[in-house]
Amino acid sequence: MTLEISRTFVDAILEQSRAEYPDECCGVILGPLGADKALRHKPMVNAAHSPTFYEFDPKDLLSLYREVDDADEEIVVIYHSHTETEAYPSRTDIAYASEPGAHYVLVSTRKEIAPATEFRSYRIIDGIVTEEPVTILD
Amino acid sequence: MSIEVRIPTILRPYTKDQKTIEASGDTLAAVITDIDSQYAGLAERLLENGALRRFINVYINDEDVRFLGGLETQIKDGDSITILPAVAGG
Repeated sequence: MTLEISRTFVDAILEQSRAEYPDECCGVILGPLGADKALRHKPMVNAAHSPTFYEFDPKDLLSLYREVDDADEEIVVIYHSHTETEAYPSRTDIAYASEPGAHYVLVSTRKEIAPATEFRSYRIIDGIVTEEPVTILD
Repeated sequence: MSIEVRIPTILRPYTKDQKTIEASGDTLAAVITDIDSQYAGLAERLLENGALRRFINVYINDEDVRFLGGLETQIKDGDSITILPAVAGG
């Protein structure tokens, strides 16, 4: 599997992660059901407001799933930022990953690599992490 | 008495891939007991030491049960229950 994603979304996610620093930022990209196409970016609030944890607000989560169902969409990408560590799923990321069909995107804006950033994508299924290539579409 | 329970993708292997199942019970706890009797293993995924798991959200109609009565929340005929795992991590 490869994640194909437009540069506009990559830039927007990196911008969001800088804006919400030092807290982790999070969000989703939606697309038509069954198509595996990341077409509609939806930043979410990190209800944990934490540099080491993120959680979609439970009320926002319900609205999101209702919206996705009503529009015959699916959650194609679930992303969040790591602000001090590399863009690799943490133990808690793996423990709570519950969308086997989604691309889990991690971005890192940690100081050591600035001004460079990392943007990586994974499948997380039954506790197994598999990194996948990312193709950025201009 | 009929209550609709919406099952998230991750738990559909327990429900033969059904997105919604029918259940009965007059409290959330009773509904969970009922769905576990129909689809063995579901309760274990929802509960830990007799309480709802921290990273499982359960809604009755539009309300998070944590702001209602938790497992003791009264359920009425026609209510819709939605189960959603938290989207969370570190």
